Amino acid sequence: MKGRTVQAIVVNGVLALAALLTVAPLLWMVAASLMHSGEASTFPPPLLPSAPTLEHYRALIVQGGIARQFVNSLGLAIAATLLSTTFNTLAGYAFAKLHFTGRDKLFGLLIGALVIPGQVAMLPLFLMLKSMGLVNSYAGVLVPSLAGIFGIFLVRQYARGIPDELIEAARMDGAGEFRIFFSVVLPLLTPVLATLAVFAFLGSWNDFMWPLIVLTDGELHTLPVALASLSREHVQDSELMMAGAVITVLPVLALFLVLQRYYLRGLTMGGVKQ
Amino acid sequence: MKRNPVAWAFVLPALTVIGLFFVVPVLAGLALSLTDFDLYALASLDNLRFVGLDNYRQVLTRPLFWQALGNTAYFVVLGVPLSIVLSLGCAVLLQSKLARFKPLLRTALFAPVVTTLVAVAVVWRYLFHLKYGWINQLLGHVGIAPIDWLGDPNWAMPAIIVFAAWKNFGGNMIIFIAALQAVPEDLYEAARLDGANAWRQFWHVTLPMLGPTLLMVSILTIAGYFQLFAEPYVMTQGGPLQSTVSVLYLMYEEGFRWWNLGVASAVAFVLFAIIVVVTRGLMLFAQRKGAA
Repeated sequence: MKGRTVQAIVVNGVLALAALLTVAPLLWMVAASLMHSGEASTFPPPLLPSAPTLEHYRALIVQGGIARQFVNSLGLAIAATLLSTTFNTLAGYAFAKLHFTGRDKLFGLLIGALVIPGQVAMLPLFLMLKSMGLVNSYAGVLVPSLAGIFGIFLVRQYARGIPDELIEAARMDGAGEFRIFFSVVLPLLTPVLATLAVFAFLGSWNDFMWPLIVLTDGELHTLPVALASLSREHVQDSELMMAGAVITVLPVLALFLVLQRYYLRGLTMGGVKQ
Repeated sequence: MKRNPVAWAFVLPALTVIGLFFVVPVLAGLALSLTDFDLYALASLDNLRFVGLDNYRQVLTRPLFWQALGNTAYFVVLGVPLSIVLSLGCAVLLQSKLARFKPLLRTALFAPVVTTLVAVAVVWRYLFHLKYGWINQLLGHVGIAPIDWLGDPNWAMPAIIVFAAWKNFGGNMIIFIAALQAVPEDLYEAARLDGANAWRQFWHVTLPMLGPTLLMVSILTIAGYFQLFAEPYVMTQGGPLQSTVSVLYLMYEEGFRWWNLGVASAVAFVLFAIIVVVTRGLMLFAQRKGAA
């Protein structure tokens, strides 16, 4: 029994250390954001602020206009979440439960297209949007995230578990396909809808390369793009940059903590290849 | 089966988006890579010429492309195993019956995955600081002299690898945990009866049972790591001495800084081809080993 106690101490000790090292950068980010200017760049580097201050948050909001970029990020993430969840759910359900010509072939093509990295499409997409006058607009940022193959795949996996008899019975009662979808299917899909929505929101909020390419105007920048350009100008202001990082990270971290059940399920569902 | 034409109304919105904003651009990109599309063509399409495979020839004979590919390969070859070992290690420990506070620890270990890459890259840039960074501070306690992580061409990529491993290992950890839960308990029971200790149980029961998951996780991680971009963009801007220029970073600079969209498209397709070859190769290798 003694060997087991030693083992338990080792297992828990290693895990606690790993967890501590993992969250340490995030904790330091918060601590440094509350330090006075220049305090983080003293030797030895302090762990905690000597006298916590919100001056950097104030500076970012009042002079930096970060509230505007926060609203940009939030609005885009909400729009991407609502639209992509709607489109992916409709398509995923159809691929799982409705029969139409070429369905399985089409789905196979979509899954095959998953190997294509999104960046391959970025240059021509930029030119297309430019000719449509959508470069440097919210619509331009939004357009590629309106629907996703992975999202369709998740819904299809989940929807396949719905018993056919349920849908058939509704059809016998004379309900139309959309009526069936909204009143019979959708309530059963709620858990996967939550998964899809969390993925879409975090994906949009955290996205960097595409908004960086499409948005040239600082007024329209999302938080990650604004933070990247801020960090190129203000390399020395570590405390200010940490405040910017906190403002960017905290909303998604909080959302994850509340909805982590759905997020983690999405990961493991995606892992189960059909 | 009865055909159901209404189904098209369900799939059409998503298919339109994917077709218009993904499939069409990918095909257009292939065409674009065969032209000399540049700043002049951006002004007027009259300046656009078909150049065949010339962009590919140009890319493949450019030293900077090979350096970028070498840097990216370095990132993949070191970063993927490091990330996967961390993921698997933490997953196994979290699955141990001896572990306490599992949900809390799992959340803590997973947290970096959901954070905004740009924001935490900014944070790590300060952690890697030569003089005031916590990493050198901690290394100092075990007698290691300060390293100029992001300023030394030999250390910049290793620093980015450490950062990427920290940011990403939690994702695969969750997948490994799910796979570990599916391993039948009686396999461990039988191994214990044969006198196998924890370490031998891991090698002879856990690892073989995780085979398919390990392969899938490796393929996805490799494909993802080849697309390195934001880390060098934020942390090093490709420097020092171009030691952290990745293939995608090169594509971005070529396309959106110098507006050589033809050449940049060729870079994108070369990267795509490399990803396909490497991941297919790994898959074939695994299949052959599985069959033998």
